Amino acid sequence: MSDITKQSLTELVENIKNKKLSSTDVTKAFIERSEKSKELNAYITEDFTSALDKAKKFDQKPNLDLKLPGIPMAVKDLFCTNNVKTTAGSKILNNFVPTYESTVTENIWKEGAILLGKLNCDEFAMGSSNETSFFGNVQNPIDKDLVPGGSSGGSASAVAGQLTPITIGTDTGGSIRQPASFTGTVGLKPTYGSCSRYGIVAFASSLDQAGPMAQNVKDCALLQEVISTYDPKDSTSIDFKRNQYSKELTNNIKGKKIGIPKEYRVDGMPKEIEDLWQKGIQYVKDCGAETIDISLPHTSYALPTYYIVAPAEASSNLARYDGVKYGFRAEGENLIDMYEKTRSEGFGAEVQRRIMIGTYVLSSGYYDAYYLKAQKVRKLIKNDFDEAYKKVDAILTPSTPSSAFKIGEKTNDPVSMYLNDIFTVPVNLAGLPGISIPAGHDSKGYPLGLQIIGKAFDEQNILNIAFAMEEKINFKNKITDWWIK
Amino acid sequence: MSKKNSEYLINRKDNQYEVVIGLEVHAQVLSESKLFSNSATKFGAEPNTQVSLVDAAFPGMLPVINEFCVKQAIKTGIGLNAKINKRSVFDRKNYFYADLPQGYQISQFKDPIVGEGKVILDMPDGQKEVGIERLHLEQDAGKSIHDLDPQNTFVDLNRSGVALMEIVSKPDLRSPEEVSAYIKKLRSIMRYLGTCDGNMQEGSLRADVNVSVRAKGSKEFGTRCEIKNVNSIKFMQMAIEYEANRQVDLIEEGKSIDQETRLFDTKKNETRSMRSKEDAHDYRYFPDPDLLPLEVSDEFINELKNNIPELPDDKKKRFIDEFKLSPYEATILVSDIDTAKYFEEVVAKMGKNKDMKLAVNWITGELFAVLNNKNLEISQSPVSAKNLAILVNLIKNGTISGKIAKTVFELMLDGDKDPQKIVEEKGLKQQSDPKAIEALIDKIINDNREKAIEYKQGKEKLFGFFVGQAMKASGGKANPQLINEILKKKLQ
Repeated sequence: MSDITKQSLTELVENIKNKKLSSTDVTKAFIERSEKSKELNAYITEDFTSALDKAKKFDQKPNLDLKLPGIPMAVKDLFCTNNVKTTAGSKILNNFVPTYESTVTENIWKEGAILLGKLNCDEFAMGSSNETSFFGNVQNPIDKDLVPGGSSGGSASAVAGQLTPITIGTDTGGSIRQPASFTGTVGLKPTYGSCSRYGIVAFASSLDQAGPMAQNVKDCALLQEVISTYDPKDSTSIDFKRNQYSKELTNNIKGKKIGIPKEYRVDGMPKEIEDLWQKGIQYVKDCGAETIDISLPHTSYALPTYYIVAPAEASSNLARYDGVKYGFRAEGENLIDMYEKTRSEGFGAEVQRRIMIGTYVLSSGYYDAYYLKAQKVRKLIKNDFDEAYKKVDAILTPSTPSSAFKIGEKTNDPVSMYLNDIFTVPVNLAGLPGISIPAGHDSKGYPLGLQIIGKAFDEQNILNIAFAMEEKINFKNKITDWWIK
Repeated sequence: MSKKNSEYLINRKDNQYEVVIGLEVHAQVLSESKLFSNSATKFGAEPNTQVSLVDAAFPGMLPVINEFCVKQAIKTGIGLNAKINKRSVFDRKNYFYADLPQGYQISQFKDPIVGEGKVILDMPDGQKEVGIERLHLEQDAGKSIHDLDPQNTFVDLNRSGVALMEIVSKPDLRSPEEVSAYIKKLRSIMRYLGTCDGNMQEGSLRADVNVSVRAKGSKEFGTRCEIKNVNSIKFMQMAIEYEANRQVDLIEEGKSIDQETRLFDTKKNETRSMRSKEDAHDYRYFPDPDLLPLEVSDEFINELKNNIPELPDDKKKRFIDEFKLSPYEATILVSDIDTAKYFEEVVAKMGKNKDMKLAVNWITGELFAVLNNKNLEISQSPVSAKNLAILVNLIKNGTISGKIAKTVFELMLDGDKDPQKIVEEKGLKQQSDPKAIEALIDKIINDNREKAIEYKQGKEKLFGFFVGQAMKASGGKANPQLINEILKKKLQ
């Protein structure tokens, strides 16, 4: 089987279970392709030797009852992995090797998967293009010098480029859904509290969620089934009944009511995006669902709210990187000098910008005007969704206001960069699940995504809608393997 | 009851100043594990041996509230007659320091777990009520050690994340004596509740002291200074005295007082400026997004309320009502839970025909003296409550005299010996046979005829001489009451 890496997760699992493929075959194939794909710069840390050892070990005594039997996979470098360097894309953690495992990755290994390596991302997940990583840009497999989106850019690039059959990212304001949209892949941001944050390098604690990224909806559902568990080690983890998402997946969405929020028709949105949205509306109708126009009146406040709440939390979360205990340390004359040098040299420009914004909005005299006000608006945004969900079962929007852009195109314009998250950010603020699926191409042939937003804990429903739409859309990613010489 | 006598005022020429004090007491929660992690909290462990990944703030580590510490805080709140808040919020207090691994302390800022309450102090001239502003839970920081190396500072994170209760009083205290009584009362309440061991040497109880002065009779508060982290009652009193006088001197010189944070130098007995208001940290408090608001139900609170032990104020009232003790005696006996326990055990062991006064006198007299001399806690008393009860009963039922009892008590100290046995072995039993005493007295009168005559002629002072002679003759064992009675009869 020469085209192992072209297989979906579901196919690979089936072939391993039927003993048509061994874990070693599969692992080798992905390692070989990864090695030929260095130009994508998707990996920060490769763990190939160890992966192959684990695959061989698995094959000696294969447990085929597991959900991910001997499946190799690379994960975003924001998840702490025991004994494997974890950097969060930052110089400040360049030498950091955890002695512990995040709950989400632990869940994955328990189901038989094997770590291939750690994937590139924006520094501390702060970015929408993977350009803030200390370890360099990631190339989008779609086209040379095209950003893969961010912050889970390495993850998106690795899945789209078939360096890993599946992966996990984290999503604080769109960091799974936006890169999925830019690379023609599927990405799910689960309900806040669905996946444990234990062992994930924190960006903004009240927004961060881990989630699956895959080539199709079914694979996404399977991985979500594995990673979502109640975890007492995370006080914000929620103990609710979790579905067997992949087993319960159905394309029957007849009678579902899908909301179309008028506020997502933003100024200056390219016609291609509007057309894609209309196509999406037609698809769900074709599936037997009903669309209803709704209003989410506070949508326009979501982005400014996000850029207060997220930096505020980040400024505090990142205080622990001070050169005292672990990670990078620059020598200084005294303690304060050491702090200043360590943090000036250890953090990149975007991270420093957000620490400064966050410190500012929490400062005495500004707290009420910024942080407190943002918390109030956040509540209003959540109320908008609660109101809407009295009438509809899910909401359909574009994933991003544009397709992927060129590397360097927006690096000097942070606000234009932040606008990338305009459709994804409200979902994080409201703690809801959202999924991005590829739905078409723009005139340049770059993928475009549609987002389905669900009620809290209703992942099954949006996965079903995505599954039904996927069948109708029949999207084919145009990947030429341009980076393989 | 007049308070005038004990009013604490600072006098300068024609002016008198009143001192206003408020305390922020940091009491370490008595708990096996830390506030947000399961590391141990044992005092004096090897540095950095009680540190989890959470305490050291490793990437991706998350705090999980320790329910036991929450219960301890609520119990303390109940003990302070305070409002228990069913919803409280943990905030982050952000600042950089090497012994603060997270770069923030998790504390409670706007919504503490315990609201307003009060504490009653027993002062020599009556009771005084001190208002409690709030009690909140927070993490302790680690410890920076600067004196082990000339170049480097070492950090011990054993204390990092240990649960503290910060108990904030209203500015109701007016003198160093009241501060002492307040701290002792807080400590007593928490020790009764088992929520803080109150051990100031180990730093389990320490306080920030807010001091201001104002002209006597003024209703306005003066500008206050906060003296940080004072760890003994004596130092608190010294610091207040120094600081109040410093402020008064400034006012007298026509200068103003700067609101600032000061440190008490225990060697020089003075307070020194640490940082002014302008240099005060901006802690950028905000709700910790890693923790949900802490919500407790009425059932949860009631369950704790129903299991609150008898507290010092109630116990004192009962001792007065039930045992007919004086308020003074009762106050001494209830101030420390172990003393109260000891006393109650003595009472129980004395049985039906008990002499409460005698028991109290023996505990607060002989026993306290011994403990004091040997520098022991009552829980380490060389004489058990049971044996002390037996001793008191031996006096009460006339088996031994009070004087002999002191000898017996001395002997009991060595290995908590049974006083009954000592009396038997040493033959110290009181002579209470009237015939034997009569014979003894007859002989003494006979030997001292002239003195007997002098007595009969009116030199009544000589009665004591005859008692002394009788006692001496009996080797101190004769029942003194009988000696008195018989002597009086014989000398008529």
